[in-house]
Amino acid sequence: MTGGKVMTMAEAISRLVPDGASVAMGTCLEPAIPFAAGHELIRQRRRDLTLIGPISDGLFDQLIGAGCVARIRAAWVGNVSEGLGHCYRRATERGEPRQIEVCDYSNFAVSLALWAAAWNAPYLPTRTLLGSDILKTNPDLEVVDGAVRVRPLRPDVAIVHVQRSDPEGRAHLWGPLGVTEEAGLAARRIIVCCEELVEPEVVLSDPNRILFPDTKVAAVVHEPGGTHPSPLQGHWRRDHGAYREYARRSRTAEGYREWLEEWVLGVPDRRAYLERVDRERLRVRERRLAAPVDYGDE
Amino acid sequence: MSERYTAQELMVAAAAREIKDGELVFVGMRLPILAYGVAHHTHAPRARALYELGLMREQAPDAFLGTMGDPPNVVGALWATRMSNVMALMAQGEVDLGFIGGAEVDRFGNLNTSYIGDPSRPRTKLPGSGGGADIAILSRRWVTLMRHEPRRLVERVSYVTSPGYGDGPDWRRRHGLPGGGPAAIVTTLGVLRFPEGGGEAYLATIHPGHSLEEVRGATGWDLTVADDLGPTPEPTDEELAWIRRLDPDGFWTRADR
Repeated sequence: MTGGKVMTMAEAISRLVPDGASVAMGTCLEPAIPFAAGHELIRQRRRDLTLIGPISDGLFDQLIGAGCVARIRAAWVGNVSEGLGHCYRRATERGEPRQIEVCDYSNFAVSLALWAAAWNAPYLPTRTLLGSDILKTNPDLEVVDGAVRVRPLRPDVAIVHVQRSDPEGRAHLWGPLGVTEEAGLAARRIIVCCEELVEPEVVLSDPNRILFPDTKVAAVVHEPGGTHPSPLQGHWRRDHGAYREYARRSRTAEGYREWLEEWVLGVPDRRAYLERVDRERLRVRERRLAAPVDYGDE
Repeated sequence: MSERYTAQELMVAAAAREIKDGELVFVGMRLPILAYGVAHHTHAPRARALYELGLMREQAPDAFLGTMGDPPNVVGALWATRMSNVMALMAQGEVDLGFIGGAEVDRFGNLNTSYIGDPSRPRTKLPGSGGGADIAILSRRWVTLMRHEPRRLVERVSYVTSPGYGDGPDWRRRHGLPGGGPAAIVTTLGVLRFPEGGGEAYLATIHPGHSLEEVRGATGWDLTVADDLGPTPEPTDEELAWIRRLDPDGFWTRADR
């Protein structure tokens, strides 16, 4: 199977995410986080990125600690089961390893800002955030006539991880979608990472499940296990222990650097990373197939 | 402190009792995930749950959940969808009760989960709103859980991430907030509630083994106390059995996290 869009993670990151790019990731919230893509950004020493997302369970913290990030436009950055993001704290409180700018949102507001960009609207009005000081620390929010105007947020690239895609990037994702659709539609282009790379017939048999127009997809990366330690419905459970270990080790800058060397800089790619993970403990074994749907037309 | 249960187990049981049968509950992160499970399996079998990443359920999975996005939380869901769809229900006033994790709360129930100190160079950077501000503004009522310490229960938060009653009972109406506001603050020492129509939090119950003096000493303002102040009911054997079944390793209820 060949397709002009199919490439390695290293190629996709190198071609599509330059220094200074704005990147949406973690759009499903806790599941399906494209950690493999984030780690490749770190290995390629990308700089001055703007990270866009609702919450980030670990990944944004790792990129901040590695010095890749200039700006955060998100509702929450930390470690969902463990609490605070220690690299995020060091960057915002002490400017280590560098100063970052934070633009605050709520989850709903991130979604609205992405929809505004997707629809090419000047803003979307909402009642959420009325009375919140988030209005004071985000210049892209404004109260006019009793409603908050949320201005559009357009990522240069959205990076998603899905269960399956064909070589053209017709991506099937199931489970909760978070802000994935609006992030993809808003973005200038999309990198689809997939657990399984399948023939077009498979995804085209169920076009309702295709996330985005394939014209937005610029790269398709076949990266099984690319979401570890986050879960992926039907494939992987969440590795709670890995989140705990990251929280413990990243508490100090030195501990973070050791973690980074061991899990990111010291491994060439995702395949080598996964060899260090107890995959059999995390693999979902029980199958729960949905009923097929009938698209019959005559 | 009892030998029978931990402080977190009491908080989970107290949070679970805030859920009434048949309600639509916007479940946040961490302890409330467990509280919904306990409520569903005990007194509120018909309470439904909404999760901001895009899920609706009418029963809690009989499994440990580290996050709302763990695969067992998707199996058996009534709806797996996008975030903006579940936010739509909350924006329409359909959510009876929401849970918000807190770092700092003040006497009017305003929550800060963003910055301690000047936002441009904070003394402590907290993770941020997540869906907290949305829940605080749009749900019909909400509850927050936190450790009871003077640095957490403060006279006035320095940054309002998720608004409570602002500076008094009329504040939400004046600012056009559609939802009802905070109903309770469940802490490690007691449960604080708010007067009908909003306003300043008062101490409603004290957890067994703690004194009023201790609660006052751990609160950063001159705390009003209910006329009928009593003890927080202890977790029942059934509640404890469910807590331990859904959290078998004590991830949420025996470790300090």
